[in-house]
Amino acid sequence: MNGAHDLGGTHGLGPVGAEPESVEPVFHHAWERRAFALTLACGFLGQWNIDESRHARERQHPVNYLRNSYYENWMAGLSRLLVEKGLVTAEELDRGRSSSLAELEPVRADGVEALLRRGGPVDVPARGEARFAVGDTVRANHDHPAGHTRVPRYVRGRTGTVAEHHGCHVFADANAHGQRRGEHLYSVRFEASSLWGRSAGGRDAVYVDLWEPHLERA
Amino acid sequence: MSDDHEHHHDHDHDHDHTEPPPDPALRVKALESLLVEKGLVDPAALDVFIDTYEHRVGPRNGARVVARAWTDAAFRERLLSDATAAIASMDYIGRQGEHMKVVENTDTVHNLVVCTLCSCYPWPVLGLPPAWYKSAPYRARAVADPRGVLAEFGTRIDDHVEVRVWDSTAEMRYLVLPRRPEGTDGMSEEALAGLVTRNSMIGVEPARSPEAAR
Repeated sequence: MNGAHDLGGTHGLGPVGAEPESVEPVFHHAWERRAFALTLACGFLGQWNIDESRHARERQHPVNYLRNSYYENWMAGLSRLLVEKGLVTAEELDRGRSSSLAELEPVRADGVEALLRRGGPVDVPARGEARFAVGDTVRANHDHPAGHTRVPRYVRGRTGTVAEHHGCHVFADANAHGQRRGEHLYSVRFEASSLWGRSAGGRDAVYVDLWEPHLERA
Repeated sequence: MSDDHEHHHDHDHDHDHTEPPPDPALRVKALESLLVEKGLVDPAALDVFIDTYEHRVGPRNGARVVARAWTDAAFRERLLSDATAAIASMDYIGRQGEHMKVVENTDTVHNLVVCTLCSCYPWPVLGLPPAWYKSAPYRARAVADPRGVLAEFGTRIDDHVEVRVWDSTAEMRYLVLPRRPEGTDGMSEEALAGLVTRNSMIGVEPARSPEAAR
């Protein structure tokens, strides 16, 4: 979807304004710690995947997405998923009071380390031969899907070169809509000048990871 | 996909976009107590998630990886050819580091990592991303004006050096192997790790010189 999250190349947002590394805390407010942990703990209930989680944040009104702080966006996405997946009702969320106990088993403190160490690998057995090889010239689809996609707008319709084949990974665009399947994943090099025109540094490049359905031979 | 229900229950969707949202601290507290009451969340588990990334998993891990690559040529080769396995051999594994790639800065190439679509970042080696990495200005400009962004960090890249920006659009996670600073011959791996900053492994700054680190 062409949402506010797809920020590459957007003008007018001002300087990065980084805090010095030596003084920046991991969390800036106590509530951010809880928002972070709630999101992970609920994610490990196994009712949605990471792509659905990203898509839930993207589906906010663009004004809210940009105005919210980072962890406010996480809370917005989490609240939406909890309701959409039926883990809490809209009324419970409104009132802040539970009307029934959940049937799911929560993540326990002694299980957290193992869950984090296991992570969620997304490499899957290949479905057929890879269509593209390193060095091939490819074009990113000029599509504007209404659902989740990991093709940033700034590469759509642009031509690049396959720099690496990463193997077969779960296809995020489908996984965000509940269909888990693998597709070949490639690192595609786009010359900066082909993306940004004359304003770009002549020899610079942007590498974007794209799945086979995102690409056509150019 | 329909958003028909949004206006009834999405607390984060204000109809009047000029109204400030309610205090996020109160909303998070309310959500936590609801989820605990429903039995979906164990508060003790939340504390472990927080402690893990606030105190145990952070950029010191990545710094040790880099320092080893600077001092052990065979490890550097493995790191560049199969980063996931090389990093796992140091026991840095798991969430948001399942599939790693390390990109090396040289005298002709400078690498910079971003996630324009969200905030993808290699947690096992760098911990959670700094606020600026997740910010709209960085995500907007890192791909379109990397040299301008680098200049904001005080980093000037010569015109003859190619800047490569890595946009983390899939589950590949990127770590920059910064150049080893001059004047560090004979330094121990541990001392070298002290020169490796988080920012140098994202690619916005060089590693620190021994003088600057003093």
